[in-house]
Amino acid sequence: MESTVLKIEKFSAFFGENQVLKEVSLSIPQNRITAIMGPSGCGKTTLIRCINRMHELIPDARVSGKIFLDHEDIYATDPIIVRRQIGMVFQKPNPFPMMSIYDNVIAGYNLNGIRLAKDEKDKIVEESLRKSALWEEVKGALYRRGTFLSGGQQQRLCIARALAMGPAVLLLDEPTSALDPKATSHIEELIVQLKETVSIILVTHNMAQAARVSDFAAFVYLGELVEFGPSGSVFTAPRDKRTEAYLTGKFG
Amino acid sequence: MLSESSFRKILSAAGVFILLLLVAIFFSLLIASLPAIQSFGVRFLFSSTWDPVKSEFGAFPFLVGTLATSFFALIISVVFSIPISIFLGEYSVQRTTATFIKSMVELLAGVPSVIYGFCGLFLLAPLVRILEMKLGVAPYGVGIFTASLVLSIMIIPYSASIGREVISLVPSDLKEAALSLGATRFEVIRKVILPYAGSGIVAGILLSLGRALGETMAVTMVIGNSNFIPKSIFSPANTLASVIANEFTEATGSLYLASLIELGLVLFIVTTIINLIGKLIIRRMGVEV
Amino acid sequence: MKEPSIRRRIIYDKSFKTVIILLTFCSILPMLFILFFITSKGISAINWNFLTQLPRPVGEIGGGISNAIIGTLMLIGIGTAFSVPVGILAGIFLSENRKGKLASLTRLSVETLQGVPSIVIGIIAYIWLVVSMGSFSALSGGVALGLMMLPVIITATEQTLKLIPGSLKEASLALGVSYPRTILKVILPAGVSGIATGILLSIARVAGETAPLLFTAFGSPFMNLHVLKPINSLPLMIFNYATSPYPEWHTLAWGASFILIILVLGLNLFTKVVTKRWKVQF
Repeated sequence: MESTVLKIEKFSAFFGENQVLKEVSLSIPQNRITAIMGPSGCGKTTLIRCINRMHELIPDARVSGKIFLDHEDIYATDPIIVRRQIGMVFQKPNPFPMMSIYDNVIAGYNLNGIRLAKDEKDKIVEESLRKSALWEEVKGALYRRGTFLSGGQQQRLCIARALAMGPAVLLLDEPTSALDPKATSHIEELIVQLKETVSIILVTHNMAQAARVSDFAAFVYLGELVEFGPSGSVFTAPRDKRTEAYLTGKFG
Repeated sequence: MLSESSFRKILSAAGVFILLLLVAIFFSLLIASLPAIQSFGVRFLFSSTWDPVKSEFGAFPFLVGTLATSFFALIISVVFSIPISIFLGEYSVQRTTATFIKSMVELLAGVPSVIYGFCGLFLLAPLVRILEMKLGVAPYGVGIFTASLVLSIMIIPYSASIGREVISLVPSDLKEAALSLGATRFEVIRKVILPYAGSGIVAGILLSLGRALGETMAVTMVIGNSNFIPKSIFSPANTLASVIANEFTEATGSLYLASLIELGLVLFIVTTIINLIGKLIIRRMGVEV
Repeated sequence: MKEPSIRRRIIYDKSFKTVIILLTFCSILPMLFILFFITSKGISAINWNFLTQLPRPVGEIGGGISNAIIGTLMLIGIGTAFSVPVGILAGIFLSENRKGKLASLTRLSVETLQGVPSIVIGIIAYIWLVVSMGSFSALSGGVALGLMMLPVIITATEQTLKLIPGSLKEASLALGVSYPRTILKVILPAGVSGIATGILLSIARVAGETAPLLFTAFGSPFMNLHVLKPINSLPLMIFNYATSPYPEWHTLAWGASFILIILVLGLNLFTKVVTKRWKVQF
């Protein structure tokens, strides 16, 4: 029996009058990779941005319904605390250009004014970079700026930066769509390894990637959660006609 | 550390501060000019007597001086700034020449006004004096003509840079269409580019006018400091700005000072209106000023 | 239908091009003249005494412009202290609030302030500071210069911060960093080069200003480091000496002009060159 790390209950999201998510209910299992798929504009990015409370930064944005992280209502907590417990990696790698690799990884602490002893910081940096499979490649250049890294390496740096905060859930918003195939497969391998430490929600429009990597899959269409289940069943024997149409490429 | 709302309030406060600053500037000028406004009313703008001894103050000579110098300066500068805009926008092929010309013209805007005045006084005025002697006019060397010349050089960069931006905004497919129909470069410029960029160029000229109206030091040093209505282009005169510069520290009596400040108020209002109109036109054309 | 001959059109085209090129190159001449004259007349006045001594009364040879140099630096310092903090905050406000009534009004105020003639700024500083304090002072002059620096700094800050990609802000916020910290520790540092350029440009703008100082700082033949007393500055000195009837003072004015123009044009060129190299890669 899977334990749930994140419970989404009848959750709706709005941009002004426009309803983008319609009463989505979903239980995200712990230490697994859950892929969220769907055609462009279906609301999947909005969904994860609601989970780490970034959606509400847009003027006119509104939500209703509840999301529980380990039984705590995240909309009743300070968003800053929520964002430290739920990390996010973006579509286009965005390391802080003015900071060194070392400082990028530890940025979550530095920017929040959390003071750590030097060896504590070193430990966190090394662990995070090891977890994101970047340590061997950068350990000799920790104090250089991260902009010389390749796209794939920059994305792994961003993953390390998010992991350094020790989040319970990691949100990945199409993390490989800006990368070449080789970098993409490295990241996919990485994601599979990471699920032991953190629960992963992966938004992707790349069905093959979702099929390769995920344990559970959710299909969102026009703001509704159409289907959710173990990836094996969703991909081979979808229950809903719309899921089947999407998977066979009838719309995308 | 600060909360988000306190921080945002501080930022808004900075915005409000700037707004209040401007309002305060306007009202300070208004209040300080009150004695003069109350004594002279609207006559102030049309009276041509400026007599501190009799406490009779009228702004008309300075309005004439300001308009004359700015008008002539504008005409002279446009003769150069429009060609510069066209050159930089259409003819300069090599990057280095273009950058060189552009930098040189921009540096013109960086030279301090007092240095323009100094050079005008010592280099240009003697030449003008020679010209005046040839023409049989009183050889002051200083006066509206000299001031206009100096002023024209100072305002070239303003209309030139805006003109260049506006010309570069003309879509290249329009130009290509005209060229492909067999038009010469000159014709494309005359019939396609200039009409399209026309209002932007006018806006640039308005902005340089705004600059010319408020220009003080260079004009003060070469305009001859006369408080009478100038009779010809070679007469000495004063502009709104130059009379303030010359007489402010000598002003005895509150009516004298208030009159000078009222001149400043007039200058403020006129330059603000012209600048805002110019910027409005430019924004409509989509250029980042 | 009468058609103009092609030959004639080509002649017009070529002559037009010639006229344009001629007029363009003519317009550089004034700049070259000014640089040439100031250098040739000014450089002979420059020596160690010139830079370190106070001006002597008329008739005595020698003397220098040390009080004017120090005065210029002090006035710029006061102006910067006044305008930089407020200017940067206002610039952040504008870049963080693209729409909104207060932001639009503020932007309008900044543009209006930019166009206020320098002599009017001098009148304002006179009314606000000289009248209330009862005397001319370096402070009033510095504030006048600060008022002129404000719009340049605000605009430079706003434009620089607007160019920073939104993904940087998102990355920081997603890490759970608060909004104030995100702005101050991530966005602002990313824009440092553009803002610094703006500050340098505003200094270049006011270093040569005379009009706002005529009745605020007022000028002085003495060395003054006291903020509440009148103070001399390079442009003020040039104005006073150039318009005086004494040839010795004219020479000093040429020398001072040389120093001033190197300072101002140097700052301008420096910012142009350095801006290219400082641009942060995104």
